[in-house]
Amino acid sequence: MSIWEYANPVKFMRISGAALPWVVAGAAICTLAGLIWGFLTPPDYKQGASVKIMFLHVPAAMMAINCWLMMLVASLIWIIRRHHVSALAAKAAAPIGAAMTLIALVTGAAWGQPTWGTWWEWDPRLTSFLILFLFYLGYIALWEAVENPDSAADLTGVLCLVGSVFAILSRYAVNFWNQGLHQGASLSVASGERMSAVYRYPLYLCMVGLFLLFLSLLLIRTRTEIRIRRTAALQAREGRP
Amino acid sequence: MPGHPAMIALLLRDLKLATRAGGGFGLGLAFFLIVCTLVPFGVGPQAEMLSRIAPGILWVGALLACLLSLDRIFALDFEDGSLDLLATAPMPLEGAVAVKAAAHWITTGLPLVLAAPLFGMLLHLPARAVPYLLISLLIGTPALSMLGAFGAAITVGLRRGGLLLSLLVLPLYVPTLLFGAEAVRRGAAGMDATTPLVFQAAITLLTCALIPFAAAAAIRINLR
Repeated sequence: MSIWEYANPVKFMRISGAALPWVVAGAAICTLAGLIWGFLTPPDYKQGASVKIMFLHVPAAMMAINCWLMMLVASLIWIIRRHHVSALAAKAAAPIGAAMTLIALVTGAAWGQPTWGTWWEWDPRLTSFLILFLFYLGYIALWEAVENPDSAADLTGVLCLVGSVFAILSRYAVNFWNQGLHQGASLSVASGERMSAVYRYPLYLCMVGLFLLFLSLLLIRTRTEIRIRRTAALQAREGRP
Repeated sequence: MPGHPAMIALLLRDLKLATRAGGGFGLGLAFFLIVCTLVPFGVGPQAEMLSRIAPGILWVGALLACLLSLDRIFALDFEDGSLDLLATAPMPLEGAVAVKAAAHWITTGLPLVLAAPLFGMLLHLPARAVPYLLISLLIGTPALSMLGAFGAAITVGLRRGGLLLSLLVLPLYVPTLLFGAEAVRRGAAGMDATTPLVFQAAITLLTCALIPFAAAAAIRINLR
């Protein structure tokens, strides 16, 4: 029994089909509960009620980065082991990651306006998220542009590898270029300057909720891609265009 | 391996093709000139304003001029079948990619570097920033050509790859542009510009060492 057995599309469809209702229910419960709990927290002494944007902003930003990492791993698995489910999962993940990046940018703008007095600032974190969004757009556009599915998977895989290197380079290059307004990490385990537990626990719940939301969207989209592939194969077998 | 006769022959062939009629040689330079002419119409002719934004405009202009000719690196060879011959030639495809990127740099990047001080004058770039502009363009433009060759390799099989090529390549240009413009800005302000130049050189070296492999892989996929 190895993990690669789940790369078999039939097995993947069976297991993901069985898991999907639970993941969707978990995503709905955790996200809703986390957001409502977060909404009921007391206002921050400095930022007032605007701090509640955090419960959407931070988990979306985390998922935006983690989704790219997942695409990188899936691309590597496709390039090395040629498992089609892996390539399709990377394809399915990209629009979700782009949406998460956009959510992080938009909520960040809405949070920046009352806190910093500006919708947009060329701050390193904001800028690197905009660049990440551009990388997502290019990746999605390349999937759409290449007709042969295997070539598309290969080319996007290579692009994902190169893009990852340059996304990281850009992330640290922009530090050099502008100091920025965005605060550093507030959730590090070791640091004594963590945020208060009042905010921390609903935030953790929102993170779990958005992760499950990502997972359920990913499973649904990957299953759709597999079905599209099967339909195309059936049509090809029957000689229809 | 730089003395490989096939690589030298390929370099000479690409240089000849680019400089002969219809090769597009000088097009990037003319585009760079147009950008530098249009900017003062957009932002106003005040010398202090222009000299403040000149480093950024010169770098962005050079980058866009470089982008203009990228799809020529592989597209014509793909259409007439020479790329298939190159892929089966007794020379690694990675080497062919590096040579073609070098030819693109010699016909596009190098003229931009040499003309940049002249265009800097148009934009009132402070005289003490000119050496920094030259050095940073000299260090940075090879990375632009090499990353462009990667984008061209990815999109070579596509019918309308031009716009996609820009979308794929421009985010990859961010670090090079950032350090290049920063070096010129520091030079204009009379500050030490060693750090951005060293970072820029590191990015160019990394690009030249690794990108030929990714670009050659993309070409092999497109030739299947």
